Parts: sequence; structure tokens; C-alpha cells
Amino acid sequence: MIDKIQSSCAQALAGVRDGDTVMTSGFGGAGLPSALIEALIDQGARELVIVNNNAGNGETGLAALMKAGRVRKIICSFPRQADSHVFDSLYRSGKIELELVPQGNLAERIRAAGAGIGGFFTPTGYGTDLARGKETRRIDGRDYVFETPIHGDFALIKALRGDRWGNLVYRKAARNFGPVMAMAARCTVAQVDEVVPLGALDPEHVVTPGIFVHRLVAVGSTVSIGPAPAKGAKA
Amino acid sequence: MKKLSRDQMAARVARDIPEGAYVNLGIGLPTQVANHLPTDREVFLHSENGILGMGPAPAPGQEDWDLVNAGKQPVTLLTGGAYFHHADSFAMMRGGHLDICVLGAFQVSATGDLANWHTGGADAIPAVGGAMDLAIGAKRTFVMMEHVTKSGEHKIVERCSYPLTGIGCVARIYTDLAVIDVTPQGLVAIEWVEGLSLSDLQSLTGAPLRAPA
Repeated sequence: MIDKIQSSCAQALAGVRDGDTVMTSGFGGAGLPSALIEALIDQGARELVIVNNNAGNGETGLAALMKAGRVRKIICSFPRQADSHVFDSLYRSGKIELELVPQGNLAERIRAAGAGIGGFFTPTGYGTDLARGKETRRIDGRDYVFETPIHGDFALIKALRGDRWGNLVYRKAARNFGPVMAMAARCTVAQVDEVVPLGALDPEHVVTPGIFVHRLVAVGSTVSIGPAPAKGAKA
Repeated sequence: MKKLSRDQMAARVARDIPEGAYVNLGIGLPTQVANHLPTDREVFLHSENGILGMGPAPAPGQEDWDLVNAGKQPVTLLTGGAYFHHADSFAMMRGGHLDICVLGAFQVSATGDLANWHTGGADAIPAVGGAMDLAIGAKRTFVMMEHVTKSGEHKIVERCSYPLTGIGCVARIYTDLAVIDVTPQGLVAIEWVEGLSLSDLQSLTGAPLRAPA
């Protein structure tokens, strides 16, 4: 019997090695697999390359992983936020490498990896600093930049429900990068609120088919929480 | 002259968004355009993080942090709205499926180049997000911004001095003083506020303006 369900987040992260590229879903806090990231901090792998839309918020999640000195490089589209002070200080002191990628190119490079595409020409970024040094081509009168796939060793994603075959459904806009990251890694681990029996997910509604998911772990209800109120602000 | 307030600018942009349009409103001032779309006009608002049919902010206490906009502020979903993943969301932009996108800007050039993502300052941490995808993706890219900087420098220029977001991508510029079209023949001022002459407007603009034909 195939059962991809793991008993703990620690078990779900077995095999993450130093230097691995780890993709994490999420757009800010929405869809961020917080329980898996906490477990990754405990797991101990170092020199990680993290792929995420952002570069951590506050002192928890990715910010805590970076603060623990475990991230060599981050590939993201929008590192600078009001509460990204952990990243900001590591970046300014040269302790973390940043590969800045326009958000759509980031999503498509990840999708390309999952779909077996060796690269693609995109109009996004043409003529800008972020395309400097990259191959370009004019196709039917429009200028494009060549972008390469981003493969992950691990993808840590958050979904609402999953079954033992790894089929997943998501919740609202917490879906974001989950489905494409799930396709792009050697080992995809899904943190779900709830594991349901096979057949409980309507096959017409499955968003990520289980072929893309290697391990699942149920962590209970984890509706994303908003940012902490600013100092002095009323709660 | 009577400069437009930010609300008036948003209302002016809203006038040009027709029923049935698929529209992405950028972070900041462009977000306010949504407040001025008449309730009887069906417009599909797109959010880069995977929402079509985005509705207004929820009532206090009703926030759902799995349902946020590009600025990571809580929003709602209209009846008939849909969620989708990031690659599909950016395919909607890059693939030319959005009709209009409205963005803020540091500078726009006479040929429609846009600079809105980075000041290029040595100490500034760069962050691009979806700006470059949005700039080149929609069928028409509108910019809304103050006509000049707080210190009076031109924001509409011959060539952008800030790092570019996209080349030749801006179709129309809405400022607190005027509405200006970017055409193959150059910038055409199509309207300007009361009490201002076209030559006054020209003096506040760093690239040649023409009157409408």
C-alpha cells in the first residue's frame, strides 16, 4: 500500500543535505509552510539555497532560518519588505547572496524545471539590469531574454488537504507557488492541514496530482496569520 | 491651477476602464482606482498572487490572511472569482490576456520606457516583484504618478536615469496635472487641468509635448 504520509515534520525532511536547493511556497505569509521551515531549522542542513518569492518576514520562518546562518543564497523576486530586517542585515554585511528574479520569470523557471523544459525566451526584463549578460533573441519582431529552469532538491509546500497518494487541494490565494514548486523538486514535501482518505478529494478538483508529491505531513489547521501589529499600534 | 488630488487621479483613471476589462492595479496609488469603479460596471481585477475577481478589503475582524493582494493586504473574492497558481497568474500577464495594468512610476520616457522598481542607490536593496512582468504584459500599460517630484524634478523625461522596468511599454500617463498619450510620434497631451496652459505643462515636462491633433 502506498502511503506518503509521514508521522512528523522531522521525518518528512529526512535527507536534506548541506548545499541543497530548497524551494518554499508562499507569498509573504500566505501559503508559507511554516511547520516544515521550523523543522528545517532543527534538521540542521547548512549552506542552503532557498527559492521563495520573498526573503523572510519578522523573526520567524525563513527569517529564522537565515538568522541561524543556514542560508548561503536566496533566489527571490521581492526581498525588501517592511519587516525583512534579518535578510536586510545579512545582505548588507555580505553574508547572503541574492539572485533577484522578476516574479513571473521565477514562477516560469520553476515550472520549466518541473516540465522538463531546458529554458525559454521571455519578454519580461528585456533591456533591464536583470537581463544583463543573458542571451537575447528577436522573435517575430519582439525582443526576448533566455531564462533557464530552477530545479529544487526539495520543495516544501503548504496545501489545505491531501491524501495518502499525495493528491492536494489548496486554500484561496495560499496556493501561489505550491503547484509549480511541487513539480520542480527531486523530493516534494507537502504540509497539509488535514489528511483525508483516498477518494475524499473530488478528482475534478485535485490541483496537484500525487505524482508530484513524495511526502505529506498533517500539521492541523494553519490559516495564515497576519503580520504582528507595529510597535505602538493598537492590536 | 487646480492640481488633482490622489482621489481625483484615481477617479480619472477609473473613467478609462471599461466594462468587461481584465485589469491589474499596482501597489500604492493605483490600488485606489478600484474605489472609483462604478458598482454597476463589471471589471475583473487580477492580483499577481493568483486571484481574478478580487473584491475590496474585508470588514475589520473578517481578514483572511490566505486571501491577500500583491501588497499582502487582506482582500475579498467577488462571487464568480477564481484562484490559480503563480505560473498561470503570470501567463495572464505575459501572454497578453490582461487588458489594462495601472502602475506607479519614478520616471517615464518619451518613448514609453518605464522606471519604477529601483532607484539604483548603492545601499538600496533591490526588489522587483511582478513589476517587469506587469510592465510588458498587459495590452495597455497605464502609469499614474505625480507630474514632477516633490523637489520639482521632471518625472516625464527624454530618457530614464533610473534603472528600467520595461522598454517602450507605457501607453498612457495620468498625472496630477494632465493625461498624456505615448504615441509613435512622441508624447501627446490629451487633457490638462484648469488654469494651466500647454506651455506651462511643457515647462514641467522633460520631453516635448504635442497638443492633440
